[in-house]
Amino acid sequence: MTTSEKLDTDGLLERARAVLDGVTDPELPFLTIADIGILRDVHLDGATIEIVITPTYSGCPAMDVIGVDIAAAMTRAGLHDHRITRVLAPAWTTDWLSPAARAKLIANGIAPPAKSAGKRALFATEAVACPTCGSTETIQVSAFGSTACKAQRRCERCREPFDHFKCI
Amino acid sequence: MSIALHVAYILRHADDALVLGHRLSQWSSRAPTLEEDIALSNIALDLIGQARTLYQHAARLEGAGRDEDALAYLRGPAEFQNVQLVEQPNGDFAATMARQLLFAAFAEPHWAALKVSKDAELAGVAAKAEKECAYHLRHASEWVIRLGDGTAESHARMQRALDGLWPFTTELFEADAIVGEMVAAGIGIDAVTIRPNWQATVGEVLARATLSRPAGGGFVTGGRSGRHSEHLATMLADMQGLRRAHPGAVW
Repeated sequence: MTTSEKLDTDGLLERARAVLDGVTDPELPFLTIADIGILRDVHLDGATIEIVITPTYSGCPAMDVIGVDIAAAMTRAGLHDHRITRVLAPAWTTDWLSPAARAKLIANGIAPPAKSAGKRALFATEAVACPTCGSTETIQVSAFGSTACKAQRRCERCREPFDHFKCI
Repeated sequence: MSIALHVAYILRHADDALVLGHRLSQWSSRAPTLEEDIALSNIALDLIGQARTLYQHAARLEGAGRDEDALAYLRGPAEFQNVQLVEQPNGDFAATMARQLLFAAFAEPHWAALKVSKDAELAGVAAKAEKECAYHLRHASEWVIRLGDGTAESHARMQRALDGLWPFTTELFEADAIVGEMVAAGIGIDAVTIRPNWQATVGEVLARATLSRPAGGGFVTGGRSGRHSEHLATMLADMQGLRRAHPGAVW
């Protein structure tokens, strides 16, 4: 490694972050892995760019795809010396969704999770606004949905069914 | 503290999650409604995900060249250390929901307590699993109430399911030398400490569901030391058959 490259560490990280900004969730392609909180950290370990990611759910099948997508994007950008590290702690929470991510969810017809994923009582209900008409007169159709992170709801006012990002 | 005991402790909880996850996956494409098909498959996915991480951890600790697949697919029934509750057949939908309630009401506080384990990897799994199991518990509770407080037929079936599974619940809270060692090392917990929590949760759900708490009486034990009902062997034969027939196959 030359001296100029050594001094260029910040540049390398900036390039890596720009590349990672283009990596999206395969199930929610309008959200980047940073938006959703899967991307936890990017730093240099010597000359190697270490990319730290965390799963949303223990069994989320998208994690494997995301790992492959990250490696492909980094390689395409010529950033060959990188390593992907998976961490479990601290456990992912929907509180990590960025404000931009929440806006993008609504724009794509998905109700974002309630803020601050505290411990809910066993039988507590939550008010969820319809992403189409904004009414909070919505009911849960099923606590589980098309992916591990979503539940199914229906709006009682505009009758539109919609996905709700589970709050955990 | 020996590594073998540590590995055994991790495997117990990995086996609980895998066996229950596989049981639930047997509902895929067969559940009463599309929403429930999706729900049960999602819960199965959570559990199998928990199992995978725990098996990977156990494999690294063991350092004997076995990987997560070897642990899941190449051990026989006598090597599985899950509680017998999770291997019980799916039965009707009421039986599956009763099993879900009885296990999730244990799993949630169990993982919550393990979040402070000195085994950082186990603590990491626990933090995720606690949230997932809280969701599973809510789902099962709602169904037990709906069926228990439903028609005469659904009430009778739910009560029958509970009565049949109740003898398997004592085993959830049993401790042995492995638990003792893990508690002493700050890695594990004695599940008897979360029993009041379990009793309160199950009691509340049964009361709302107008169901009777089954009387005590006999109970089943042995799963943690590899003694199982005949149902586990049948399930594993199905689950492991492909891998055993084609050793080392990949796609």
